[in-house]
Amino acid sequence: MSDEYEHKLEAKSDIVSDASSVGTPGIDSVPEAEIPDQELYHSHSWWTTYVFSQDAKYIGVQYALTAVGTGLLGLVLSWLMRIQLAWPGLGWLEPAAYYQFVTMHGMIMVIYLLTALFLGGFGNLLIPLMCGSRDMAFPYVNMLSYWAFVVAVIVLLASFFVPGGPTGAGWTLYPPQAITSGTPGSNMGIILMLVSLILFVAGFTMGGLNYIITVLQLRARGMTLMRMPLTIWGIFTATVLALLAFPALLVGCLMMTLDSMLGTSFFMPAMVSLGEKLSYDGGSPILFQHLFWFFGHPEVYIVALPAFGIVSDLLSVHARKNIFGYRMMVWAIVGIGALSFFVWAHHMYVSGMNPWFGFFFATTTLIIAVPTALKVYNWILTLWNGNIQLSLPMLFSLAFIVTFLNGGLTGLFLGNVTVDVPLSDTYFVVAHFHMVMGIAPILVVFGAIYHWYPLITGRLLNETLGKIHFWITFVGSYAIYFPMHYQGFVGVPRRYFEIYESPYIETSTLLLNQFITIAALIVGAAQLVFLYNLITSARLGKKAEKNPWKACSLEWQTPQMPPEHGNWGKETPKVYRWAYDFSVPGAKEDYIPQNVPPSEVMGAKVEKT
Amino acid sequence: MPVTVAIVFLLITVGSVVFHFWSPWWWTEVASNWGGMDDTIILTFWITGFVFVVICLFVSYCVWKFAYRKDRRAEYKPEDNKLEKRLTWITTLGVAALLAPGLVVWNNYVTVPENAYKIEVFAYQWGWKYRLPGNDGVLGKTDIKYISDENPFGLILEDPKGKDDRLVDGDELHLLIDRPVKFELRTIDVLHNFYVPQFRGKMDMVPGIITYYWITPTKTGDFEVLCAEYCGSGHYAMRGRVIVDKEQDYKKWEAKQITFEKMLAKNKNIKNLQLAKSTK
Repeated sequence: MSDEYEHKLEAKSDIVSDASSVGTPGIDSVPEAEIPDQELYHSHSWWTTYVFSQDAKYIGVQYALTAVGTGLLGLVLSWLMRIQLAWPGLGWLEPAAYYQFVTMHGMIMVIYLLTALFLGGFGNLLIPLMCGSRDMAFPYVNMLSYWAFVVAVIVLLASFFVPGGPTGAGWTLYPPQAITSGTPGSNMGIILMLVSLILFVAGFTMGGLNYIITVLQLRARGMTLMRMPLTIWGIFTATVLALLAFPALLVGCLMMTLDSMLGTSFFMPAMVSLGEKLSYDGGSPILFQHLFWFFGHPEVYIVALPAFGIVSDLLSVHARKNIFGYRMMVWAIVGIGALSFFVWAHHMYVSGMNPWFGFFFATTTLIIAVPTALKVYNWILTLWNGNIQLSLPMLFSLAFIVTFLNGGLTGLFLGNVTVDVPLSDTYFVVAHFHMVMGIAPILVVFGAIYHWYPLITGRLLNETLGKIHFWITFVGSYAIYFPMHYQGFVGVPRRYFEIYESPYIETSTLLLNQFITIAALIVGAAQLVFLYNLITSARLGKKAEKNPWKACSLEWQTPQMPPEHGNWGKETPKVYRWAYDFSVPGAKEDYIPQNVPPSEVMGAKVEKT
Repeated sequence: MPVTVAIVFLLITVGSVVFHFWSPWWWTEVASNWGGMDDTIILTFWITGFVFVVICLFVSYCVWKFAYRKDRRAEYKPEDNKLEKRLTWITTLGVAALLAPGLVVWNNYVTVPENAYKIEVFAYQWGWKYRLPGNDGVLGKTDIKYISDENPFGLILEDPKGKDDRLVDGDELHLLIDRPVKFELRTIDVLHNFYVPQFRGKMDMVPGIITYYWITPTKTGDFEVLCAEYCGSGHYAMRGRVIVDKEQDYKKWEAKQITFEKMLAKNKNIKNLQLAKSTK
């Protein structure tokens, strides 16, 4: 093994000196490689290729399939909740079960679907390919990361089968109720949830270190940071956030586990629970909320930033135009990421924390709106004077702009501390966060899958099925969440198993609930069309040509498509430009891939990147 | 295709605006001094609504106008510093216009007037109780460890200020119109939140500490109390009533509420009676 390594090192240095002496060294020069070419693990059996795979592309697909499978459960849970809300008279659901569904739906969607899919799924698939590397920096640790995630999911699902069922504490798991007897699943259920989260964080840390080190250390020659596609910037920054934020969740989970199992009082004050004096004393429930939201708010951006990055690339490729204001976009991603650690207590304006915090957190929260707004401007300015192909990825990206704009603007309501008082804990909040971190990122996920599916399977997804899927999903989910804000104005509180006849809630509000439920059932069912498309197109889809969207970024420039183990054949690519040289005046084609040297496109009037 | 897509996006934009102005779902009429919160929401609606409509129209226009043609090339323009700077400033101004009035109202919300009448709101899984200060205007001190059947609020017996506190039996609270009231929020088990939609105010109740907020009721009437912080299986059923009275009705109701001292005496009598019975 070590002999081979030495050999490789020598061979590599030969190539470097070759490259700088052959051709036109002046305009085509790229910096020399600082580290030797990566030594890869080569699998020898079916098990090590497809199950315990160490190839980031496979791990990405594994992550994505596991996340989507878990997400489907989350979707079904949401149906069950919605049916209860629309037709409470059916009486088939107990309040305890309703709250368990609410909790599991929330946690599954935020952590086990979105976080795992964006970072574990798209991160693994795209980081090595887009950066021009052969694989992640530590393939073995990368494999462990995935399997830790699998175990976390199994522990989570196991909680459905323990006595008392899964926890019904709400996805925020606020103590004291999370571990006292008035809440369903307050014994075994909550423990399994906490253990599952701890496993998830451990698994994610292994993956996260990989993503960061790969981006920082293994980029192709010439791929400067300011030439990276925004997808990578989004995933990279989100990973940094996650590595800083998840420890807060981990600590909160550990302490609550101790409170529950050993009777410590980190979060538990003296209380009389359902007529019984408990032995806890002196703990602080608000401390948990600070820990939770110190994780929880960056978590929003852990989901949002990869979506921001991916949608920027989809818009640019399918509008045949460079992303507008690339440098501004990079700094906005980094700025939003940094600011996201200073806004967490805007989830706690009415939590009973010192009310004077409100001034600080309202100000920081509204400041974060500025870079976010700039991103929206730059997306729509990318469309301006573009050459817009209304392909499926473009349609989903446009839908993302509308839903994200809507959800972002309602964030200005809730972030503004005064406005939050009447609206917090109502359906306005539910509508807001589903629009901004549910629907908007999911639309990007769909756009991304339609875009990168050929990279995985070599085939295109069916366009007609895709359009049906798109229109039902977009219009349907807008119909679910836009009117829901107005239930919040009426004052309908969230996390209510049933809204009885109430003197202040008009009966028409219940009608609205039925409308929303029907829309939710339809949108959910439309996902079956997508799944069908996903499965059948892998075998029967139209064969994709190489680089089917005529994109500039490196993942489409591999010698084989789909790329093989090691991605690049003999030599890793050299990069001469950013990922957005579309419609350059003077160039023959309307795109110049990142690895095309200037000498091959002499007439093109590119700006230096 | 581009025309259809542009029209659908346009319809979604117009539909949202129409829904906003014509749908029957809107907030309840405010019954407290916090009309300022409603005003801030209205202001936010105008500013954000404007941005929403402009950007959505822009997107629809681009989809239609810059639809793909083989013979056309997109513009090549990586950056426009001037435009980006201008947009930054406009956004910053818009955000400041939202924030400033919001902070003014928040300042009022967290600054309780000195003459506010203090009421303890007492929450438990799953119901409400209330305690009014007696003639001395001061609520007696409490401690969770003294809570028992005889002393449901856990008042400290040695504190003389608690003797004349009036304990409201049942979940119906009366308030005097136009008198500022500070709710001192107390829970003995998990988090709760004392929420009357028409009053707009809200604050979590946290075991171990007393949180608060204040309002001035401005309309007489009968209002529903809802718990607005998830508190377990019975959360959705944790309701109560607040009735805002004019002075005469209020006095009548207040006089009917038993003081702590009287309650202790009554309990003692009952106990003596039981003792007498059992010795017989």
